[in-house]
Amino acid sequence: MVHFESVCPLRSSSIRTSWNRLVMQAIQVDNISKSYGKISALKSVSFQVEEGELFGLIGPDGAGKSTLFRILTTLLLADSGEGHVAGNHLLRDYRKIRRIVGYMPGRFSLYQDLSVEENLSFFATIFGTTIEENYGLIKDIYVQLEPFKKRLAGQLSGGMKQKLALCCALIHRPEVLFLDEPTTGVDAVSRKEFWEMLKKLKQKGIAILVSTPYMDEASLCDRIALIQNGEILTINTPEGLMTEYDLPLYAVKYDDTYQLLKGLRKMPYTKSVLPFGDSLHLTVEAETPVSKITEYLTDLGFENAEIRPISPTVEDIFLELSRRTESKND
Amino acid sequence: MNVLRYLIQKEFIQIIRNKALLPMMTILPIVQLLLLSNAASNDVKNVNLVLIDKDRSQTSRLLRNKIEAANEFSIVSYATNNSEAMPYLQANEADIVLEIPNDFEREYFRGEAPDLQLLVNAINGQQATVGFGYLNRIIAGFNGDILENGSMAQMSQTAPRAMIQIASRNWYNPELKYTHFMAPGILAEITALLTIVLTAMNVVRERELGTIEQINVTPIKKWQFILGKLIPFLILGLVILTVGIIASKLFFDIPIRGSVTLVFGYAIVNLVAVLGFGLLISNFAETQQQAIFVAFFFVLIFILMCGLFTPIESMPKWAQYFTIPNPLAHFISVSRKVLMKGSGLADIKMEFIYTIILALVFNSLAIWSYKKQQ
Ligand SMILES: Nc1ncnc2c1ncn2[C@@H]1O[C@H](COP(=O)(O)OP(=O)(O)O)[C@@H](O)[C@H]1O
Ligand SMILES: [Mg+2]
Repeated sequence: MVHFESVCPLRSSSIRTSWNRLVMQAIQVDNISKSYGKISALKSVSFQVEEGELFGLIGPDGAGKSTLFRILTTLLLADSGEGHVAGNHLLRDYRKIRRIVGYMPGRFSLYQDLSVEENLSFFATIFGTTIEENYGLIKDIYVQLEPFKKRLAGQLSGGMKQKLALCCALIHRPEVLFLDEPTTGVDAVSRKEFWEMLKKLKQKGIAILVSTPYMDEASLCDRIALIQNGEILTINTPEGLMTEYDLPLYAVKYDDTYQLLKGLRKMPYTKSVLPFGDSLHLTVEAETPVSKITEYLTDLGFENAEIRPISPTVEDIFLELSRRTESKND
Repeated sequence: MNVLRYLIQKEFIQIIRNKALLPMMTILPIVQLLLLSNAASNDVKNVNLVLIDKDRSQTSRLLRNKIEAANEFSIVSYATNNSEAMPYLQANEADIVLEIPNDFEREYFRGEAPDLQLLVNAINGQQATVGFGYLNRIIAGFNGDILENGSMAQMSQTAPRAMIQIASRNWYNPELKYTHFMAPGILAEITALLTIVLTAMNVVRERELGTIEQINVTPIKKWQFILGKLIPFLILGLVILTVGIIASKLFFDIPIRGSVTLVFGYAIVNLVAVLGFGLLISNFAETQQQAIFVAFFFVLIFILMCGLFTPIESMPKWAQYFTIPNPLAHFISVSRKVLMKGSGLADIKMEFIYTIILALVFNSLAIWSYKKQQ
C-alpha cells in the first residue's frame, strides 16, 4: 500500500509534464538539419518557443535563419530532425500548420499590383474569414494604413509595406507568427514602432518567432537564440545572456585606432580585440589587472589612451561565442 | 469552391491592371495576321515558269497558249530539255519547270491520262505550291475546253474522265487566296503562343516576387492554385481567338464555312493542353527571362513543325510523327478544316483525341513537377 502511494503521484505528475510539453510549446525544434548541396545551412538545431513567447533568432546574413523559417512554415523539408508547431508535426500535419500560422517572409511578398485593401481581403477570404471578423487584432496597425487603402501595395513606403505584410499575416488570427527579418531595410522610427506592435500581439497570446540581424533588438525579446553558420551558439534571456560573458572587457580609445589595434593584438593578455565605433573592445584573460594593460600601452607610447571597463553588448557576446565555437570546430 | 473564386477574381484584377497585356492581346494578333498573311500573298501573284514542250503537237500548243494567257504566270524561257531548264531553277529565276512529255497528244486521246512533269523550286515552296494550284486550275479548264470543242479531235465519248490530272491539295481553297489559307493558321498560332508565354511568365513572376511562398503557407490546395491560373488564362486565350477571328473576317473576309462553336469547343481543349505546357515550363524556370526563353524555344519548334508554312504532307516521315505531340499542329489543322472546308466534328475526331491526350499528359506533368518543387 505504502509502495503504491509513493509511486502513483510520481507517475501522474510525469504524465502531466509531458502533456504540458505537448500543449504549451508553440514551436518545438529537434535536431533539424538542412543542406543545400555542399552548403550546410542548419546543423542539428534544437530549441523551443513557449506559448505566448516573443522569441528572437539573431544572426548575420547566411546564418540559416530563413532556412529555418521555411522549414517551420512547411515550405521546405528538413534533411533530418523533427519539428512541431502548436503541437502539429511538420510532416504529418502540414495542412493544419498552414492554417494556424502567420508568415511574413524576409522579402515583401504581397501582390504589388493589388491595393492595400485588396491584399488584405484576399488573404482574409482564402483563410475563410473576413477583415471585419478579426479587425480587433489588426486595428492598431491597420489604422495607420487606412488612409492608403486604395493605394497599390507596390507604391507603399518600406515601413507601410511592412505593416501591411504584418496585417496580412495576422488576418486569420494565427496561433504562431513567423516574422523573418521584419525590420531589415526599415527606418529607425518604424523599427521601434514595429517592436511595440509585437509586444501588443504577444499580450494577445500569440507566440512569435522573429529573426533579425540587428543585435540591439535582442533586449526586446523574451528569449533569444544566437545563430551563426547554421549552429545555435546559445539560447538565453537578454539578461541571462550578459552573464555568459565571464572575461574582463574594456573599451579602449586612442586617436590612431589602427595603431592601437595593431599594438593590442600583440599584447600577451589579449584574448580578442575588435573595433566598435570609434573605440576598441578589448577582452583579456581572466584576472588580468588593468594596471598591466596601462603599463603595456604606456610602453608602446599610447600614453593618453583612454581605458575603462564596460559590460558586454549582445554583439560582444555574439563575437566571443562564435570565436569559441570556431576554435572548438577547428 | 469559394477559394477558387477568389483566386480567379484576383487574377482578373491583375490582368486588367497589367498595362502591357491588353495591347498584347488585341494588337499583336491583328498585326501578325496583317503582316504574315499579306507579306506572303503579294509574292504569289507572279509565278515564274519554264516550259518544255517535247510533244510539239496541236494539243500541247493549246495547253501552252492557255498557260501563256494566264495572268499568274510569266514564262521565263522555253527549253527543249531538262538540262536546259535546270539552271533557271538553280539561279532562282524560275519557280516551276513544266514538261509536256513526248506522247502527250497521243496518250491524251487514247484516254490514258498523260503525266505532266513538274519540277518545283524548293527554295520558295510556297510560291511553287500556289503556282501548282494555278496550273491545276488551268489544266482543269483545258480538259473542259477540249470536251466542248469536239472538232478538235476524234475524241471518244467513252474516255471523258481520262484527262490530265494533277492531284490537288488545295481543293478546299479554290480561289487560292493565300490569306484564306494562312489566316486560320496564324490565328491558332498566335493564340497558342500568347497563352503559353503569358501563363509561364505569370506563374514564374509569382515565384520571383515570392508571392507563391506566401500563398503556399495558406490552406490553398494545389489543384485550386493550378485551376486558379488555368481558368483565367483559358478565358484570355479565348478572347485572343475571338479578336483574331473578327480581325480575319474584317480584313481578309476569310470564309467561315464550318461552325464557329466547334472551333471554340476545340480551342478550349487545345488551350487546356497549351496551358498545361506553360505551367510545366514555369515549374522549371527561376526567372521570367528564363521562362520566356524556354517558352520561345518550344513555341518556335511548334511553329516550324506545325504545318503553318510547310504542309505536313511534304515533311519527312519522322517529322510528320513529331507533329502528333505538337498541339499547334492540331489547332491549325482544325481551324483550317472547320473554317475553310466546313468540316464537322467527325472530320476533326483525330485532332480532338490527340489534343485531349496532350492536355492530360501536359497537365499531369505540370501538377507532378509542381509537387516536386516543395
Ligand atoms: N536555395 C538555396 N540554394 C543554395 N543555398 C542556399 C539556398 N538558400 C540559402 N542558401 C544558403 O544557405 C545558407 C543559409 O541561408 P539563409 O537561411 O537564407 O540565411 P539567413 O536567412 O540567415 O541569411 C547561406 O549560406 C545561403 O547561401
Ligand atoms: Mg534571410
